[in-house]
Amino acid sequence: MKALPALGPTRKLKLPKESERRLPNGLTVIAIRRPAVPLVEVRLRVPFARTHLSRAALLSQTLFSGTADLSTVEIAAELQKVGGGLSAGVDPDRLMISGNGLVSGLERILELLGEVLSGAAYPVDEVATERDRLADRIQVAQSQPSHLARVALLKRIYGKHPYAVQTPEVSQVQAVRPAQLRALHGERLHPAGATLVLVGDLTPEKALDTAERVLGTWNGGGKQVDLPHTPPIEPGPLTLVDRPGSVQSSLRVALPAVDRTHPDHAALQLANLLFGGYFSSRWVENIREDKGYTYGPHSVIEHNEAGSAFVAAAEVATEVTGPALLETYYELGRLASLPPKEEELEQARQYALGTLQLGMSTQAGLATLASTYAGFGLRLNYLPEYAARLAATTLDEVAAAGAEYLAPAKTAVVVLGDAERVEASLRALTAVETA
Amino acid sequence: MERHTLDNGLRVVLAPDRSAPVIGVAVVYDVGIRSEPEGRTGFAHLFEHLMFQGSENLEKLAHFRHVQGSGGTFNGSTHLDFTDYYETLPANALERALFLEADRMRGPRLTEENLRNQVDVVKEEIRVNVLNRPYGGFPWLKLPPVMFDTFPNAHDGYGSFDDLESATVADAAEFFERYYASGNAVLAVAGDLDLAETLEMVQRHFGDVPARPAPERPSFAEPDLTAERRESYTDALAPLPALASAWRVPDPVADYAAYLPYVVLAEVLTDGEASRLVERLVLRDRTVTSVGGYLGFMGEPWEVRDPTAFLLQAHLPPGGDVDKVLRTVDEELDRLATDGLAEGELARTQARMATHLLRDADAALGRALRMAVLEQQRGTPELLNDLPRLVGEVTEEQIQEAAAALVPQRRATVEVVAGEAAGGTQ
Repeated sequence: MKALPALGPTRKLKLPKESERRLPNGLTVIAIRRPAVPLVEVRLRVPFARTHLSRAALLSQTLFSGTADLSTVEIAAELQKVGGGLSAGVDPDRLMISGNGLVSGLERILELLGEVLSGAAYPVDEVATERDRLADRIQVAQSQPSHLARVALLKRIYGKHPYAVQTPEVSQVQAVRPAQLRALHGERLHPAGATLVLVGDLTPEKALDTAERVLGTWNGGGKQVDLPHTPPIEPGPLTLVDRPGSVQSSLRVALPAVDRTHPDHAALQLANLLFGGYFSSRWVENIREDKGYTYGPHSVIEHNEAGSAFVAAAEVATEVTGPALLETYYELGRLASLPPKEEELEQARQYALGTLQLGMSTQAGLATLASTYAGFGLRLNYLPEYAARLAATTLDEVAAAGAEYLAPAKTAVVVLGDAERVEASLRALTAVETA
Repeated sequence: MERHTLDNGLRVVLAPDRSAPVIGVAVVYDVGIRSEPEGRTGFAHLFEHLMFQGSENLEKLAHFRHVQGSGGTFNGSTHLDFTDYYETLPANALERALFLEADRMRGPRLTEENLRNQVDVVKEEIRVNVLNRPYGGFPWLKLPPVMFDTFPNAHDGYGSFDDLESATVADAAEFFERYYASGNAVLAVAGDLDLAETLEMVQRHFGDVPARPAPERPSFAEPDLTAERRESYTDALAPLPALASAWRVPDPVADYAAYLPYVVLAEVLTDGEASRLVERLVLRDRTVTSVGGYLGFMGEPWEVRDPTAFLLQAHLPPGGDVDKVLRTVDEELDRLATDGLAEGELARTQARMATHLLRDADAALGRALRMAVLEQQRGTPELLNDLPRLVGEVTEEQIQEAAAALVPQRRATVEVVAGEAAGGTQ
């Protein structure tokens, strides 16, 4: 037998050069240097909690649809000239404008961004076009099992909280008018509380100067809107959503979790890895590599500004829906009841530490990381702190996190599938209510 | 960048870059969907799964655990002309990754139990990606049988359940023996590495892989279409109609200079709101809700061999008129071929393409994968760094010529008819 080569010495996590400035209008700008390729990544995060669902969705699709001086096509062409592109999206926490381009075009990209932020016109024809496109996309999403399962899960775990519904209905989108978009833009698209992240082949201080020169005139003001903390996840009967003829069942399991600054965070992350958070986890090795029930099961701790949740997801063959749930309960129960093995923990720990390095190794990765952290009031210097906590987490702490957070008795479960074929096998394991 | 060939025929490409303490490792075998035998559709992909099921010194599950337990991530994927296996890890795990790849190059553990398990897993993969969702396999599985006549080019690369279930351990052993030869593989490593030290490690781990020559690669050539082809099918889960068209293009490897303009043309037509077809079809006529253009059925312009195609695909609004969309596409292609481009139109498209290419090359793994395939198919991994320049050298006249070649009589089209159960509820 040949022996597995040992790992070389671990390199300490090294943060890239960065600078940060808060502009007088309230915009925070963070510039990070990674000169590997002559590009810049741009992320502008604007708080957008408690905005009208369909208006916010359509606003994100029409933000670049023209200003007083430039048409949709002209904005896109001007961006392209410097190798650039920008697009917007919303979730219940924020509006995110993201893009990239040749770093030589940074100033021009920010100028065009500034023109849109200050002067998006929401022209009637363009809004009508994008409204129909958005309605079509939502209709397509509603035929996707993964989307339908997500909709049912959010409703199940968030109840009356704004997180419970995140996709508007087609009819709601069709009702949105341009004046409502202009009003929403005026009320909420402000620099106060927003964060611009720039990552690339740049000198951080100079990039901050450029951002200040170009975006310093973006108008201030705007109200601060906070979300209430998410409600506790209520355990209870499994929610079965019928999708007649479905050849697979979409299994979703939610459990309570804690945010990145909570003392249990590192231990829970490791417990999640042991359960289903990476390929070499108990759940994946069981229901995929041993039993062949599914292709890509995975679990993740989802962090949102108003609360965190553990979500496990698997698409399993219809005929093994009950058995797949049984194994899921079993693996959760094992983590909640018995301590893991030392070598199993070390493997998960190395994965957690190594993937931190990988996540920082590209401009796009750094930009998304920095922007996401900024939404939680954190900076990249959180990374070495988090790495230290991962390194120091003990077996007892991971076992305690398993018991506290991953107990099957605390789960909220949603199954989307062919109810006629799967209901009986689910009822053998737990109480079921049909949605 | 350095190129080497080991005594056993394995080609090696090394590209150091110290910008982050990570490495990307890619091993590419010159076998893909086009090479699988009749009656064994989906076999190249099924075999890719078997390469993760243990090898000479590694039990089942060990590969995954060793990569991830070293802080890395892994995957593999099966393409028309190649199959890749790859990891990206912190740089201190380089030797371990080389060991893992060398071990399975010497031979996977092919057992009945693992085969049956992975047939089940692959069936669930096909259900997720094709059978249980709208537009499954559209157009990459649906258009080739319209355009091509021979089994290698036309068949379903994911495979039929019957063929997958018929696969045997003996089939797998034979497939490995024939195609997974050291002489048929390329190893590429990019990232935070020392050239001399890495080459020494590569020798240590791959040097004793038995020498086996590459099998002769058959020609998969087919004549161009001389008359338009068009088919349609109903997708019960799809709420809206869609269409995809393809035209044959020059040989991407042998006739590179003639092929390149088509790659740029695809972006002129569909990259962003300022592109020809988005402006016309989406924004002006509103006859489609989205349109995209690209080279190769799997959308990989630099990683495909002849025969391949230029593709356009579009999703239509409820009750959309496919014929009208096709007529407009013809009109726009004709306008481009006849009147040429607007001032600055080509330059801005090329600038955006440069961004995309550079962005792909930012990740160590992205560089390793692309270099490995460029070495395998062309013997020129350094093309990775030349692509932005080459794209930038394409001229307006070349774009016009390419557009002029996309005529209806050379076109194959597949149309998705929305299912009755899915549509019309809103």
